[in-house]
Amino acid sequence: MSGFLTFAIFYALVALALAAIITSVRLIIGPSAQDRVLALDCLYICAMLFLVVLGIRYEHHRYFDIALLIALFGFVGSVSAAKFLIRGEVIE
Amino acid sequence: MSAEIPLWVQWLVGLFLVVGSSFALIGTIGLLRLKSFYQRVHAPTLGSTLGTWLTVGASMLFFSFLQHRPVLLELLLGVFLYLTAPVTSILLVRAAIVRERRASMARHEDVPTGYTDPEHPEEERRPGLPAGEAAEGQASLQHPAR
Repeated sequence: MSGFLTFAIFYALVALALAAIITSVRLIIGPSAQDRVLALDCLYICAMLFLVVLGIRYEHHRYFDIALLIALFGFVGSVSAAKFLIRGEVIE
Repeated sequence: MSAEIPLWVQWLVGLFLVVGSSFALIGTIGLLRLKSFYQRVHAPTLGSTLGTWLTVGASMLFFSFLQHRPVLLELLLGVFLYLTAPVTSILLVRAAIVRERRASMARHEDVPTGYTDPEHPEEERRPGLPAGEAAEGQASLQHPAR
């Protein structure tokens, strides 16, 4: 692996970890409930990108499946949380 | 194993990774720094569109040259986010609108009884005034001189 690719993977991992930290700050201080749901939505995207980069780092394709699962469950979670904020109940 | 990958592919993958993760980071900084909720909705879409596409493209390129066959499985991730991110944004903005309307209605007194404003939980609505008190208030409103 060339030096630049190693550096790029390291930089991507650090940037995504920093992004997750910044998002969790918004998750904690968010003034309203919809801010927190938005921060959770952003957080799962950060985790998913992190796993894709880890898959390149370790040259293994298994990480992609985990990323796909995180995307699926994150979408379901965000939508059900937004529905809960609208109506106060998820299953009608 | 990765020594088989041509150098220009390694540089391209590294470039995609750097730019994509930078976009994701900039999006979250916007999420932290923008003022109102409706502005903050826009910021993370930077990470969920361009950041995701570039990272997924880097992964596709890398594994295609690693395994000497086209690996298009990562497209699934990009297309899935491309379809679902707008749905989440629309539902969240709708939730924000509904909640703010509910809160402003609660402040203007004409709201279904028993509702508690989430922003001001201390001024809880009571189910209704007793009949005598309400009539008295009505009378004093109509004839303030008495």
